[in-house]
Amino acid sequence: MMDLQKEKEIKTPVSYSSKIRRKWRDIWKYKAMYLMLLPGLIWFIIYKYVPLYGVIVAFKNYSLVDGMIASPWAHPWYKYFQTFFNSPYFTELLSNTFLISFYRLIFGFAPPIILALLLNECRISWMKRWVQTLSYIPHFFSWVIVYGILVAFLSQSTGLINHWIVESGGNTISFLTSTHWFRSILVSSDVWKEIGWGSIIYLAAITGINPSLYEAAKIDGANRMRMIWHITLPGIRNIIILLFILRIGHILDAGFEEVYILYNIQVYPVADIIDTWVYRTGLQQLNFSLATAVGLFKSVIGLILVLGVNRLAKRWGGGIW
Amino acid sequence: MNKVKKHSFDFIIIVLLLLIAATAVFPLLYVLSASLTPYSEVLKNGGFILLPKKFTLAAYNEILGQSKVIHAFGVTVFVTIVGTFINLILSLLMAFPLSRKNIPGRTFILFLVVLTLLVNGGIIPTYIVVHATGLTNTIWSMIVPNAIAAFNLLIMKSFFETLPEELFEAARMDGANEFYILYKIVLPLSIPVMMTIGLFYAAGHWNEFMQPLLYITDSSLFPLQVVIRDIIMQTQDQLNNPDVSIPTVTIQMASVIVASLPIILVYPFVQKYFMKGMLLGSIKG
Repeated sequence: MMDLQKEKEIKTPVSYSSKIRRKWRDIWKYKAMYLMLLPGLIWFIIYKYVPLYGVIVAFKNYSLVDGMIASPWAHPWYKYFQTFFNSPYFTELLSNTFLISFYRLIFGFAPPIILALLLNECRISWMKRWVQTLSYIPHFFSWVIVYGILVAFLSQSTGLINHWIVESGGNTISFLTSTHWFRSILVSSDVWKEIGWGSIIYLAAITGINPSLYEAAKIDGANRMRMIWHITLPGIRNIIILLFILRIGHILDAGFEEVYILYNIQVYPVADIIDTWVYRTGLQQLNFSLATAVGLFKSVIGLILVLGVNRLAKRWGGGIW
Repeated sequence: MNKVKKHSFDFIIIVLLLLIAATAVFPLLYVLSASLTPYSEVLKNGGFILLPKKFTLAAYNEILGQSKVIHAFGVTVFVTIVGTFINLILSLLMAFPLSRKNIPGRTFILFLVVLTLLVNGGIIPTYIVVHATGLTNTIWSMIVPNAIAAFNLLIMKSFFETLPEELFEAARMDGANEFYILYKIVLPLSIPVMMTIGLFYAAGHWNEFMQPLLYITDSSLFPLQVVIRDIIMQTQDQLNNPDVSIPTVTIQMASVIVASLPIILVYPFVQKYFMKGMLLGSIKG
């Protein structure tokens, strides 16, 4: 009995250390693989994880001279958050950001799904291919190009649409500098740009649906609308939920680049979003801590939303994790 | 009756699809013809000038005669070529090991990569790091801070996962090392996915606007998109200046075409690859 126990005691550390040794041997065996991973890993740490740690700047009185670590802590720690919440811009920024995102979600989420369904129903394959190819193109245009196109159509003095308005006896409309039009123009440009590209992922999901389901439905006498409704849509349900959750998580990312390129001082009241404000406050007025605090606020809300919506989706039987 | 209904269903779908395709390309076609036609001609026809009758390259001469445009073009070409090359190498080097299931620590590294899709430090902390690593106001600030896009990396990884391990085992038996395998076996098999991801990265670099806005104040380093945006905005101001012989609209339109031309030229050649590459990667990704 004693012997057995003794043996066990001795054996455990040995087998443990041999396990470690085996693990090291495994790692050594794949040393070339780790060497390949190294540059990318270093990059991720420096340019993704150090900035993540850098959000502590939100709680400090950051100065460029002292840097991220040596700058003194703000007092109280929520000083910059308080400044932001009490600032006169707070409600305006938050509502602009939320509204632009919300409109994008409402008007931009369904069109790619509808396009994918239409493409899937198209029986002329060369036509399907052409429509796909052409509708992807705008995705590859920069927002500067989109801005140029918008100027071509909407500019008050030279735009095509205003030319038509004048021809038919109306008064010109300053589309690009009007608070009334800005959001509609932004959101519709966005839908125009991404509708084709967004449909790819749904098309890929549709190709994964078992064709025998359609055969069976046909025998049962279902028409094509019914098949779309009862087979195709449920078949891509999971991917729809997944993309919806991700969109919700980014609801406070109203799109820095597009807003920055399209906006101007006249439309600030409806166009200024959290990100553009962070850019102006941080990099133009060099108020790094305040800008970081606002950025952090945005990220935390985004994370909470992703987790919350995922939880809801799980209850309906579809979440991401 | 039923047959009529059936055909009208197909008919509606075709009409809708053609409508979508037309809206996708019509705006740029209009801009293209407006850049090649004297503006008076454009107005005479009420804007319907998809096929220009009178033809002038004056606006292009004007734009491409500006040294800042030529310079910006050079900056953008450099960033696009060097940047895409670095993107592809780093992504490839990371995606291959991550696609092999038996490597210790793989899940953890994968987790680190995926996490960056959900949370990030934000504009200012990233700026601080870019500044601290000495990149601000250098051309590298448009290349290094986005050297890897986690999403593209994951697409590449899930493509590599479809390659069978036996393929590599055989090569290892023959004494090939992993780098040789990557270069001689994996790479030739992944042309579609590399072209697809390469196009994504290249288009991203060509369209780069935010990075220079954040990191560059030296105007000699401004890439094309920034300069073109200035041209579009400036010409709007001097609209009524009688000294300018070419109508500003024509110049604006020509600058839009200059900014989009390379994408339009490259796209048809690469798009056949990315249909394939995207489908391979996205189904599982």
